[in-house]
Amino acid sequence: MIVKKRCVAMLLAGGQGSRLYALTQNRAKPAVPYGGKYKIIDFPLSNCIHSGIDTVGVLTQYEPLELNAYIGNGATWDLDVMSGGAYVLPPYMKGKKGEWYSGTASAIYQNIHFVEQYDPEYILVLSGDHIYTMDYEKMIEYHERSHADATIAVMEVPMEEASRFGIMNTDPEMRIVEFEEKPPQPKNNLASMGIYVFNWQKVKDYLIKDAQDPDSSNDFGKNIIPNMLNNGEKMMAYLFQGYWKDVGTIDSLWEANMDLLKEKPELDLHDDSWRIYGRNLIKPPHYIGAEAQVRNSKLGDGCQVMGQVENSILFPSVVVEKGAVVRDSVIMQDTVIKAGARVTRAIIDEEATIGENAQVGGDGKITVIGSELTIAPKAEIKEGEMLYPQAK
Amino acid sequence: MRKEVFGIIYAGEENMDLRELINKRSVGALPVGGRYRVIDFVLSNMVNSGIRNIAVVPRKKYHSMMDHLGSGKEWDLNRKSDGLFILPPYDSEENHGNYRGMVDTLNGAASYLRSASQKYCLLSGAHTVYNDSYRAMFQRHIATGADITMMYNVEEGDASGADRYEDLRLATDSDGRIVDMKIRAAAGTYNKMSMGIYLIKKDLLQYLLDDAASRSQLSLAADVIMNNLGSLKVYGFEHKGYVGRLRSVSSYYKLNMDFLRPEVQQDLFYSGRNVYTKIKDEPPTKYGADAVIKNSLIGSGCEIDGTVENCVIFRGVKIAKGTVVKDSVIMQSSEIYSNSRLANVILDKKVTVRPNTTLAGSREYPVIIPKGANV
Repeated sequence: MIVKKRCVAMLLAGGQGSRLYALTQNRAKPAVPYGGKYKIIDFPLSNCIHSGIDTVGVLTQYEPLELNAYIGNGATWDLDVMSGGAYVLPPYMKGKKGEWYSGTASAIYQNIHFVEQYDPEYILVLSGDHIYTMDYEKMIEYHERSHADATIAVMEVPMEEASRFGIMNTDPEMRIVEFEEKPPQPKNNLASMGIYVFNWQKVKDYLIKDAQDPDSSNDFGKNIIPNMLNNGEKMMAYLFQGYWKDVGTIDSLWEANMDLLKEKPELDLHDDSWRIYGRNLIKPPHYIGAEAQVRNSKLGDGCQVMGQVENSILFPSVVVEKGAVVRDSVIMQDTVIKAGARVTRAIIDEEATIGENAQVGGDGKITVIGSELTIAPKAEIKEGEMLYPQAK
Repeated sequence: MRKEVFGIIYAGEENMDLRELINKRSVGALPVGGRYRVIDFVLSNMVNSGIRNIAVVPRKKYHSMMDHLGSGKEWDLNRKSDGLFILPPYDSEENHGNYRGMVDTLNGAASYLRSASQKYCLLSGAHTVYNDSYRAMFQRHIATGADITMMYNVEEGDASGADRYEDLRLATDSDGRIVDMKIRAAAGTYNKMSMGIYLIKKDLLQYLLDDAASRSQLSLAADVIMNNLGSLKVYGFEHKGYVGRLRSVSSYYKLNMDFLRPEVQQDLFYSGRNVYTKIKDEPPTKYGADAVIKNSLIGSGCEIDGTVENCVIFRGVKIAKGTVVKDSVIMQSSEIYSNSRLANVILDKKVTVRPNTTLAGSREYPVIIPKGANV
């Protein structure tokens, strides 16, 4: 029996995140850890459940193992519901043929049957690349009110940066009249956030036609949206205001973490009405020793700090031994900073060991240490260096 | 042990000098260690030993306990067969009493006892904090052919008068058989202290409970076992690690301060056996630019910008700039505003301390601020 849903979310989680280098060698970008507890994908998934959307297809392709295990049955986000829930949708063989997702549109096209099970009015297309909180319900209501065929969430970016984004040119009623991908001479500063609401029946036709076009790159931004615009479909821009950060580069990931340490951070993780859910580990509270110093930092459960931690984010079970100094850094789960080591402006991935009296990073560019690496005692890793983990 | 042993946790203990802390909750539901409730330890021990059929039998004031345990999901006890059962008292024709003590309360769970498919019962109280597996105790129980095996630890030194509630001291012979027991005995008698946990065949437990009820006896230890050491084979089994016991406010305070000792943390948290508890989706704790933190155990979701020394701080606590908190236990979601001074204080859950407030107790008599108070 079909259980009809008003809206089904499709979350594109196949992003490689190649500009995160060592951090995405063995995991997809949406699985990159953030904020002392979370993974990037926790944000769209938590937004979904808080927006009343309980059916989410998660489209994976690149390094899916960590992500598949993480999502499980969706219980972490309260998505383990009777009808609906979180479903990991990797590419699969259909009859005699099977293919990879060649683009964002192809990923949805290949899962048309998944969506049809719920006979939805709308689909919400999301990406697993951004840190933000957003009430998708408001966007869907706006879409409904304006009788649109498609609605694209946009936000204002500084004019001088507009040429880095997909820019929507709109009429005074916010109807989209033109879409320009990374325009050299932007006419507007409304950047697409990669969040779309479509009337399902309408977009389904476009997806089927697009799949039959051998010249298409099967991408929403490059193909589906322009095609819909050319055919005069009603497409609206939905203006979002609030914290939104693309964490696609080492610098932006580091900055997004540091944003949490501001006195009144724009992104409030303590907000009871919009809790961001993430995997809760079985760990004791963290312990801060008698000679430790912890200032302007965020610490997860199970950390043991005997040294000095300043302006830093420590994920669960990080150990900072006596005399070690961690400053302006992001240290991921189960990493050990041995006695006397100094870590400055660095991102250190999970389960790494920084040897005694080693020096990692400096005052300039961000240094990255891949997961499970061991830095020898007294070694020096210069600022801006990037050490890759073992390929898995 | 899944097929051989089921567990019963009797959470109706009373007669303890815990004052306001147990106004609205039972002893087992008392928050300890920055994140846990007392009952989490025994319950996790049972789960870590492979026991999958566990009943919690409360007697009074059990809302807080039921809220904490829920479906047993966090202990992996939300199972299709067996799992967690919470059996509060109810009047039936079979058990028509007023639930005065352990014996008649357990008789109220008679039908659960009858239906358990396992042959042995591990019957525990909910007032001790330790991390151990019961596998070795079970093996020893089989090897000795004991009727009852009790876990104990060795505690030297005296117990002050106020702290003797329900203390059960044991003497054993060279084989480990218990030859004498004393309840609330003066310090210096026997150094083996019962941990309030009994391994016993289900049939024998049913018989002993029936028999005790028919004689209007209330306590399993004091009335049943102690009087039958000759006819019952009762053995002791030593637990070698840390044991925290709750009897009084000062023991509650000391137990929390024990969590700050590295060897206690090692024993309770890093033995390779997890301690499970109810999950709260808290963000990591945030320390402000003016925070000064020394020797403290701190849960997640806190926002701390003051000075904290020698404290146990539970989840979601806020401590503002200019405030100094020393030697204190601050329970979940309490909030301490700026420029206050707290020393030797136990703040129960959701307490608000207004700016410029001073609260000071002593180690022996810490100040208790009850749940939800605004001071």
